[in-house]
Amino acid sequence: MSAALNIIKDPTLTYRQEVLALARLGESTDTTLRYSDAYYAAKAKGALCDLNEGVMPYRPRYICPDYELLFKKGCEFLELDPPADLLEAVNVLEIFYCHVPSITAYPVYLGDLDKLLEPFVLREDRSYAKKVLRLFLRSIDKIQTDSFVHADIGPEDTVTGRLLLELTEEMQLAVPNLTLRYDPEKTSDDFALACIRCMLKTAKPSFANHPMFVREWGERYAIASCYNGLSIGGGGFTLPRMRLYECALDAKSPEDFIENRLPAYIDLQLEYMDKRVRFIVEESSFFKTNFLVTEGFVDQAHFTGMFGVVGLAECCNYLLGITDNKKGFGMNPEATALGLRIMDAIKERVEKHVAPYCDAYDHHYRLHAQVGIDTDGMDDSPGTRIPIGAEPTMLEQLEVNEKFHPYFPTGTGDIFKFEETYIRTPEAILPIIKGSLANGLRYFSGYLENNDVVRVTGYLVKKSEIEKLRQNKQSLNQVTVFGKGAQDGGHALDRRVQHHEESSRQ
Amino acid sequence: MRKAPVNKIIPFSNVDGPGNRTSIFFQGCPFNCLFCHNPETIHLCANCGKCVSSCPAGALSLSHGQVRWDPASCIQCDTCIRICPHDASPRVTFMTVEEVMTQIRRSRPYINGITTSGGECTLYHEFLRELFLETKALGLTALIDSNGSLDFSRYPDLLAVSDGVMLDVKAVRSEWHQELTSFPAEPVLRNLDFLLTCGKLQEVRTLIFPGRDLENEETVRYVAGHIGDRCAYKIIRYRPFGVRERFQQILGDETTDAAYAETYAELARSLGAAGAYVV
Repeated sequence: MSAALNIIKDPTLTYRQEVLALARLGESTDTTLRYSDAYYAAKAKGALCDLNEGVMPYRPRYICPDYELLFKKGCEFLELDPPADLLEAVNVLEIFYCHVPSITAYPVYLGDLDKLLEPFVLREDRSYAKKVLRLFLRSIDKIQTDSFVHADIGPEDTVTGRLLLELTEEMQLAVPNLTLRYDPEKTSDDFALACIRCMLKTAKPSFANHPMFVREWGERYAIASCYNGLSIGGGGFTLPRMRLYECALDAKSPEDFIENRLPAYIDLQLEYMDKRVRFIVEESSFFKTNFLVTEGFVDQAHFTGMFGVVGLAECCNYLLGITDNKKGFGMNPEATALGLRIMDAIKERVEKHVAPYCDAYDHHYRLHAQVGIDTDGMDDSPGTRIPIGAEPTMLEQLEVNEKFHPYFPTGTGDIFKFEETYIRTPEAILPIIKGSLANGLRYFSGYLENNDVVRVTGYLVKKSEIEKLRQNKQSLNQVTVFGKGAQDGGHALDRRVQHHEESSRQ
Repeated sequence: MRKAPVNKIIPFSNVDGPGNRTSIFFQGCPFNCLFCHNPETIHLCANCGKCVSSCPAGALSLSHGQVRWDPASCIQCDTCIRICPHDASPRVTFMTVEEVMTQIRRSRPYINGITTSGGECTLYHEFLRELFLETKALGLTALIDSNGSLDFSRYPDLLAVSDGVMLDVKAVRSEWHQELTSFPAEPVLRNLDFLLTCGKLQEVRTLIFPGRDLENEETVRYVAGHIGDRCAYKIIRYRPFGVRERFQQILGDETTDAAYAETYAELARSLGAAGAYVV
């Protein structure tokens, strides 16, 4: 059967999923963009991975439009006037979202929804505003059917923020992903606790280290897709990743790896990124004619390339001859120290590289701890995470994370699974989040063990939707299939649970 | 240097008082509760050596008449505590205040305070006082989890550096308390009144047993009537997990039904204990 016929006959694909799969297939027939033989060899070995981004990039991977500008001056191309009330505001957004491209074909950043909508919400009666927002969230879940669709709230407490939390809890939807920009100076404990309660019911929001992101990006940053830090009015051109475990396989020693193999792989990934970034800017029509660009909703200068890494834990364990993950990276100071050396080496080399474009970032790419894909299996843990099944206590896990998170302005994060008693004690989670963010953690996600909506590696899926795929039925959300793969191959839902049985007595 | 036997330290706990807390479990308890689900914390090691040969990881040894435990090779399989004929554990470390503080300092960025538990932590009240002084200096709160066997009125210095006591009131009728715990109820009840008077009662806990309508009601009525809304009241369901087999025969091998336990929380609330809830 031909690849196209396979897609057309697949009973689990919705119509839109078929169209996108066929588009990817069409794109893959082109051979315009060529790389060096060494790059292809590294890719064939699995040391470098293009995340199936497609051979012909016809838009940047992630786009974070300036929605404030949209509300200020409207959109000529879409014939939208600046909204005058709440109903018009959500309508303008719903329409605009459908025209924001991305690697997934769905908008990965929906805006700082609380700030955008607050002036309109405040003019309405609370229950009317809540009804409008309910329909807005429903339209997002049913139209933007992809878990990498992401909205941000905070750091301040707002009526809109509260309403969005209430609705998120009531509606139990996987889309959109949601982040609270947490700032100890600006986010009240009461609002943070409301977010934690919501997180325990629906696995969102996650908590982003606002002061850290502001230091790196300025106030106008977005958290998009999984947990990606990017510039508002900009975005990410491309995101390939080094699979560090596979990169280490031909090294004779940790020194050989750091001195010889690693720099060679870094350079190959940089070569790949440079070519793609040039192609997107110079050849594809996006930056020339797309209304997002011509009307100023994004500015090419505010895009950067995202240099991804994955599997640091397995890389370190392999180089040190550690076969039991429980005695390796995260638990073993020697392995963790090697991880820091490797990250220092990557950071130094990538920062030295002069990248094409990326004007707002001094012509440099920024590091990203890639969250893994469904086909990774158990070989490469997401980014710099401790492998599932080898997690130490939560305290030790946080301490390790705090060392590695600062390397990744374009995103990293870890996920903690809590046991049922935490529903009663959200105030036991708040000091953990506060302490870890103050100590350098970039991004904190949590969920409750028995919920339907769960966080897989960075994105949300419903366990009940995975079950549909297993029964050969369709799932509206195109990310459900990744969740299924990550559960089957990477045991992504079997992470350690923060338990209370360890401590209770009777 | 003063040392105390520590069974374990849990860096993060959400069930040992408000917020996130580091819990320190001391070894040894003057009670011998039928329902105890960690009976290996009741006694100190008798150095009989029975556990040494049973250890599959070779983490135990006998030297100079003392059982030694090597935490590095221990695989936490619990064989030693199952085999111990003395309701003790070889996995106990005698620690100084400074050694415990080292662990607390590590958790400090993420916690609201510490809770000392056990066993019965007040067996080591002088150690606790020193530990709490250091803990308070870090800006953390310090709570005591106690069975009420120590006469708190005689230790004002300890209470002065403690933010409160979480007190077990397991029974109010003396014979029933004696049968359950091998200890009379009166000292516990005196502590209940005393701690209420001096404002140091953080929480009271009562265990609800399946089918013991009379005893359960008696205890809940008494406690609720005394505490009113001045502190939380935690109604705990009996769970057979970890309970010694011979005592499971007395108390049953069933977990107390949640709805049944809830009727006692309702009773407590109707008597003015607004903070009553079931876990």
